[in-house]
Amino acid sequence: MTAGLMPAPPLLAVDDLHVDFSTRNGIVKAVRGVSLNVAEGETLGVVGESGSGKSVTAFAVTRLLEASGRITGGHIRFRGQDITRASSSQLRSLHGAAVSMIFQNPRAALNPIRTVGLQLADAINAHEQVSAGEGRRRALELLKSVLIRDPEQRLDAYPHELSGGMCQRVMIAMAIAGKPSLLIADEPTTGLDVTTQKTVMDLVARIITERGMSMILITHDLGLAARYCQRVMVMEQGKVVEEATPRTLFSQPAHPYTKRLVAASPTATSTIADLAPGEGVNPRATRAGDDTDSKPTPGTPPLLEVQNLVKRYDRGVVAVDDVSFQIAAGESLGLVGESGSGKSTISRLVCRLIDASEGQILFDGQSIGGQPARSFHASPVRKDIQIVFQDPTESLNPRYNAFECIAHPLRRLLAMKDGAALTARVRECATRTGLPLDLLERFPHQLSGGQKARVGIARAIACRPRLLILDEPTAALDVSVQAIILQLLDSLRRQDGLSLLFVSHDLNVVRMMCERIVVLRLGKIVEIGSNETIFRDASNPYTRELIDAVLNISDHRQG
Amino acid sequence: MTFLGSSATLRHTVWVLRGNPVTAVAAAGAFILCLLAIIGPSIVPYDPIASNVANALKPPSAQHWAGTDQLGRDVFSRLVVAARLDLAIALSAVSLSFAMGAVIGAICGYMGGRIDRYVGRFVDILMAFPLFVLAMAMVAALGNRVENIVIATAIINLPFYIRFARAEVNVRRNAGWVEAARASGDSHLSVILRFLLPNVLPAMAVQVSLNLGWAILNAAGLSFIGLGVKPPTPEWGIMVAEGARFIATGKWWLVAFPGLALMLTVLCFNLLGDGLRDILDPRMRT
Repeated sequence: MTAGLMPAPPLLAVDDLHVDFSTRNGIVKAVRGVSLNVAEGETLGVVGESGSGKSVTAFAVTRLLEASGRITGGHIRFRGQDITRASSSQLRSLHGAAVSMIFQNPRAALNPIRTVGLQLADAINAHEQVSAGEGRRRALELLKSVLIRDPEQRLDAYPHELSGGMCQRVMIAMAIAGKPSLLIADEPTTGLDVTTQKTVMDLVARIITERGMSMILITHDLGLAARYCQRVMVMEQGKVVEEATPRTLFSQPAHPYTKRLVAASPTATSTIADLAPGEGVNPRATRAGDDTDSKPTPGTPPLLEVQNLVKRYDRGVVAVDDVSFQIAAGESLGLVGESGSGKSTISRLVCRLIDASEGQILFDGQSIGGQPARSFHASPVRKDIQIVFQDPTESLNPRYNAFECIAHPLRRLLAMKDGAALTARVRECATRTGLPLDLLERFPHQLSGGQKARVGIARAIACRPRLLILDEPTAALDVSVQAIILQLLDSLRRQDGLSLLFVSHDLNVVRMMCERIVVLRLGKIVEIGSNETIFRDASNPYTRELIDAVLNISDHRQG
Repeated sequence: MTFLGSSATLRHTVWVLRGNPVTAVAAAGAFILCLLAIIGPSIVPYDPIASNVANALKPPSAQHWAGTDQLGRDVFSRLVVAARLDLAIALSAVSLSFAMGAVIGAICGYMGGRIDRYVGRFVDILMAFPLFVLAMAMVAALGNRVENIVIATAIINLPFYIRFARAEVNVRRNAGWVEAARASGDSHLSVILRFLLPNVLPAMAVQVSLNLGWAILNAAGLSFIGLGVKPPTPEWGIMVAEGARFIATGKWWLVAFPGLALMLTVLCFNLLGDGLRDILDPRMRT
């Protein structure tokens, strides 16, 4: 298994690969001279942020580039054979049988109108002719090897009847159907819950070892790479900047970019200030909870109080089931849970975008649950409760430029008229969120993910709210951008005495941002407690499981 | 509003037209048509209604570019003058169904529920009829007037706009920016009118352009069967209808030129559609 026993020609050798994309704005050099080797039985991690060219490299290796992409230089050798210019018939025998891929979003990669068994049989049939009965038998075997529950029943299931984790297991089964020697996994667990991520990755690692396969694991998650790879390659802007074992790479990063990336990745002990040292955005950032003035004064009513909240949908689905919690003025409360836990529904209930079926919402001692969401836009407390959404792209009107996006709530909620005061306030919000003023004229599609996130935050703080709801505010962002956005949110909170309701699936992030944490599962509160209690001695087994599933870059794989 | 300056819009338009010369040709054609509709009657060489039986049924010549008809009227002059009426009918019918369809469809798509179901069934019923027959019935019932042609054409086009706007709004109703607008103090109605409609208009502009050609054909068709504009008013449909009697005797120009005018007009608007979407959509700008 170790690189030392590697036979003379590596399984895959990529030498000085260049890939260009022709776009409306000319040629984009996505990959600029990447060289890599994968030995038999080895797992190579490729990490980098969006736009680093890590996925393009993988697609180029399997020759699955879209039409606008072109390999302009370099060589790809598989078992010593040059496949850089292989014909499509040569490639067909290569795909699946020698190299196979698993992707992000497994549900989209499966055909929605064919059963799992038939799709697996198709994958087998692509390499050898087998009878229908034999195909079914082999499909069942594959499902058993990916440890899916009730494999016999799953054979006749359609993709929509399976959970995301099960779909990814089916994808893995399809990927190993042709007994390939190399598996390329492109962000295989992005979008899966943390506990599912761990079981799926453990499964992949086991299959790789059992079958003596090699793997290229492409991920933005350093923790994942640290845990499952023997060697990790860091890419930035189409180039490899550093390559080492996870232990060396993450304990003594050599390249400045790797240093930044490692620092920005939240760990079990990091603080907000650690994430991006020297960014200068936030001189006052401290560890959450250190600040004395954010502690609730006894006797004052909480800013937000939620009592026995229930949200029922048609057909008897209960998204939120008897949830109660409080947020003091200036406090930051974390709402943690996996998909289906009801955390996003709670954030929308509290933001009064949807109506609760039962229960009370008190804001500043006043019941605000009585006014229907339909007319809540006219409520005097509308400006006091604002929200930042998960996907920064999705949360900005494509026809408004950044200025209009930020100015809109000022016009609606504070009745500000166009003029110097409005412009000044918009510019102030942009400055506070670190958005360069010359970007205010730009439309969302002309901004980067981090810039869009800043516009979203600037819009939410424009009316000086007292409670800010953050619904997975950094889930769609790269780690280095996440670090800066988290610092920004933390400093805004401290400067304005904002209360935060921080919704996230990322426990490390919640630990840094919040004083108290609510753990949710299937719409119910599992545990509620202070940051320290939850992380140090969680009483509930589910909370424990969530905490243990977090992959940290300090968990290097041994051997 | 500090939207992109007009110079940026202009630059983008030029960029789209250069990348897509067919759109440029279609746009030029549409421009010429509109110009003729405005100034046509004052530049034509002959009076389009004045008959001169001595000069009847002359083939195309230097004096009469498109020949003369059975009453000796200049076909070319009639063609040019007819552009105003045909375009006016089509434009007003399409704007009417566009405005109503977009609003009704957007409300259905955003609200869902009972309103959506009722409007949806009404649209289904409307579409269960052969649309041209429906238009015929409406004009026959309401009376043979230009306003009624406009109304009939607008009503038979309405289902397409309702369905289109409904579908486009429906996919956007749960977008983050819609929720953000609600959190910014917008009512549901304001979200529909100020956020959703502007976002679906570019896609609908394509529909409008395709529909314009179709509306012209519809108006011409109604006139052709005698249910629309009355002779002697110059109108392409009537001209084709009147000329059809003479085609057997080899007087081809009576039918060919109005037919050609109709065909080119419809073609122009259809080709314009796609280019229009590229011009109107801010995401196509870089």
